[in-house]
Amino acid sequence: MFGFGILSLLLILPLVGAAFIILLLKQDEAGERNARWVALWTTLLTFAMALVAWSQFDPTLGGFQLIEEKQWLAETITYKLGVDGISMPLMLLTAFLMPICIAASWQSIKLRVREYMALFLILETMMIGVFVSLDLLLFYVFFEAGLIPMFLIIGIWGGKRRLYASFKFFLYTLLGSLLMLIAIMAMYWTAGTTDIVALLAYHFPKEMQTWLWLGFFASFAVKVPMWPVHTWLPDAHVEAPTAGSVILAGVLLKMGGYGFLRFSLPMFPDASAYFSNLVFALSVIAIIYTSLVAMMQDDMKKLIAYSSVAHMGFVTMGIFTGNAQGAQGAVFQMISHGFVSSALFLCVGVIYDRMHTREIAAYGGIVKNMPFYALIMMTFTMANVGLPGTSGFVGEFLTLMGAFRHNSWVGFLATTGIILSACYALWLYARILFGKLTKAALQGIHDLTLREAAILTPLLAMTIFYGIQPARILETCAASVDLILKNYQTAMGAVQTAALLIK
Amino acid sequence: MNPSFPPEIVPLFMPAAAEIVLAAGILVLVLVGAFRGEKASAVVNMLATALLIVVAGILIMAPTETVVTFNGAFVADGFGRFMKVLVLLGSLAALLLSRDYLRRDNFDRFEYPILICIAALGMMTMIAANDLIGLYIGLELQNIALYVLATIHRDNARSSEAGLKYFVLSALSSGLLLYGASLVYGFTGSVSYPEIAQAVQGPQGLGVIFGLVFIIAGLAFKMSAVPFHMWTPDVYEGAPTPVTAFLSSAPKIAAMAMSIRILVEAFPGITREWQQIIAFISVASMLLGAFGAIGQANIKRMMAYSSIGNMGYGLVGIAAGTVEGMQGVAIYLAIYLAMTLGVFACIQGMRTENGRPELIADLAGLARTSPGRAMFFAALMFSLIGIPPLAGFFGKFYVFAAAVQAGLYWLAVIGFLTSVVSAVYYLRVIKVMYFDDPRGSFVPMAIGERVVLAVTGVFVLAFWLAPSPLRAAAGVAAKSLFAH
Repeated sequence: MFGFGILSLLLILPLVGAAFIILLLKQDEAGERNARWVALWTTLLTFAMALVAWSQFDPTLGGFQLIEEKQWLAETITYKLGVDGISMPLMLLTAFLMPICIAASWQSIKLRVREYMALFLILETMMIGVFVSLDLLLFYVFFEAGLIPMFLIIGIWGGKRRLYASFKFFLYTLLGSLLMLIAIMAMYWTAGTTDIVALLAYHFPKEMQTWLWLGFFASFAVKVPMWPVHTWLPDAHVEAPTAGSVILAGVLLKMGGYGFLRFSLPMFPDASAYFSNLVFALSVIAIIYTSLVAMMQDDMKKLIAYSSVAHMGFVTMGIFTGNAQGAQGAVFQMISHGFVSSALFLCVGVIYDRMHTREIAAYGGIVKNMPFYALIMMTFTMANVGLPGTSGFVGEFLTLMGAFRHNSWVGFLATTGIILSACYALWLYARILFGKLTKAALQGIHDLTLREAAILTPLLAMTIFYGIQPARILETCAASVDLILKNYQTAMGAVQTAALLIK
Repeated sequence: MNPSFPPEIVPLFMPAAAEIVLAAGILVLVLVGAFRGEKASAVVNMLATALLIVVAGILIMAPTETVVTFNGAFVADGFGRFMKVLVLLGSLAALLLSRDYLRRDNFDRFEYPILICIAALGMMTMIAANDLIGLYIGLELQNIALYVLATIHRDNARSSEAGLKYFVLSALSSGLLLYGASLVYGFTGSVSYPEIAQAVQGPQGLGVIFGLVFIIAGLAFKMSAVPFHMWTPDVYEGAPTPVTAFLSSAPKIAAMAMSIRILVEAFPGITREWQQIIAFISVASMLLGAFGAIGQANIKRMMAYSSIGNMGYGLVGIAAGTVEGMQGVAIYLAIYLAMTLGVFACIQGMRTENGRPELIADLAGLARTSPGRAMFFAALMFSLIGIPPLAGFFGKFYVFAAAVQAGLYWLAVIGFLTSVVSAVYYLRVIKVMYFDDPRGSFVPMAIGERVVLAVTGVFVLAFWLAPSPLRAAAGVAAKSLFAH
């Protein structure tokens, strides 16, 4: 259409929706009502288009598909889009979560609805752009542009400490990504292009790889986030409105994992092999330490935020194991975490909207009044723990399998994270839902409304469906993951041979 | 270029057509003003606007090849054309911004637009100068107009103080520049850039280096780079807002362009020497700009530090010393011009029924009282931080990419770190507008302010859609510098 392919359409649609809301709708009650509907329809339409893109996608091919390219910043810095088996599921996840976010904000956002909806739509474009960019600089533009709407969303509609949280989020992420930008510039001058396809085929000198890897690592480690640069996440999650938390946990964190898989591993294989032990150490610390921290939280959202850090630890660990199980497991874990943690934040949002507190101690025994809610929350808690039959199990299992194949100590230590996650998640569940319903404020609490049920059901369906049918996602990403791992495995082999020679 | 060309009896006038038309136009404007008195200010303003547009038109239509005329004192080339158009755009915006302000604050004099035109003429001469004498003439023509502009609100103590400070310090810096120029003349035997370039090859004695240092010190003063920045915050704060808008836009560009030309054309033989100085000035400016602005409550003072920092970023490109570096600077300056003019349009729009508040805190809740203005203002602030896809990011990208290419990684790292620090104060403005509750509302913006804000805002927001025209123009400009 107009010389643009379907991926461009996915980027343009939300922007059109945002422009429509900002320019044409008035700042009154009718305008706000319309803004909600426009946003919902735009996101639904975008999701439909994403499904169309999926239908045109051939999962058996490892390379990039649906490619489009246009002149942009320089002869070799172009506007180039395309998807492969890794970006496709993440892009779908983004498009899938957006209508849910809009619906989740239907009633809880009463102030400046137009701006809120417009910002979410802009954010959607940026997030999809990150996953479909095939030019490094274009990727960076989308990667960083997402900061603007997220900063405003946390800052305007956030909780009491929103100021601190929004600034911390912005500055942490900015610092990390600027170091990546320097690495991108260095790559541009060395390889003469920022085309990702060309860069994947380019071999950077070993010495340089180390520095480039560190530049990218600074950015992605903050985004994932990895211990010890994870501290912005609990703050941002706690203060963000529910839909903001959903997007943060569901999509923004995945950009880090996606970056490792797309850039660090295949473009700097030697450096990745060299640094893999560092990543394993940080991942294991993240898994164990943040799980312990999660256990001690009084705030529900903070607890889930720390559990996100722990679960993303599995992702980074899986990626750097360098075998198909680990990397595929990491992709699967990202998707699954996108469903599960989003759903958990939505579940917290449900009771927060009723009681306006996130203190765990303020609840207890609400299963009596909210049986249906209890059932749904139970499923997601179990998925968070990694119960077989839910999607959470598959990702953790595969990444752990990959870890055991690579280094059994890493696998052993990471597995303790599953036990710990059972502790904090089940304990949270028990404290909120079980016990006697004694608190006076809770007496009148009512079960899920139709809207809330409608929001949570698709997530529930996905969690269980992919728990039983994981092959659907794994098949999509298998070919691409193999392609990415090829270089890395050679480099890994080289490192091991060198180690043997020294012995 | 042949340095020993025979003296021209009748020089070529066509390459200087734009300057000549501007000078003649200014004389006509003075006559109109003199005959019609104070009533003429509206007419003179309109005519001045038209004059600047015509001059810019002449420049854009002019042929692109490099021509040297007036016995080697004047050069017309792609670089000059690019920078002159920027200067004229800045002057035009300053005129647009001033109209309503002057009328409302009762110092509506016809001299104001004429002075802006004279300053613009001075800047164009500076940019086109191909020897030290021409440079100095242009510089002083600009400076004298600017002194008067800074004090134009003569009944206001702050404005007078600002003008006086500006005058004294600027005169000092002109002295430094002249001293340096005389040293260079003494040691090389010429004032013409090509001849200096020919004399300055290989290792140099202290004399030329000394002269170069003094010249750079004088130039740094004009572009308010650290350690010669002290006048900036006071003058920015004290001068009437449209004058501040002017001071922070066109003269900065002219000073940068002049520095590029003298460094690249007169001292290519000692690039390594001046690179060190420029890199130091650049780092110092970036650091001071970032840290100095954090504590400011007055938005004009904050913007003064911001402009110091921004000059530091521009200097990064000069420090690279390559074609890519100069191209980066040219792009950066164009984008900086748009950003700074847009911000000053917003600052000038901060007007209530009974005054002109200047504190950042006075912007509280602007997103609710005037959402459109707040959106543009916020976009400009994000752009100044350098967040993509706004224009400011691309400006920084080209400059820093050039530094990385030249192997100046440390400069790029420091530049980005200071960007993060500067994000703190730019974000604070956004925070005040978007997160805080309104305290009162401003009266609607005047038409000139709206036009400037709309044009610059749309430019900043939409630059990423079509970056190639500006990039191509800057590329032509940079290549013309290195052509010989």
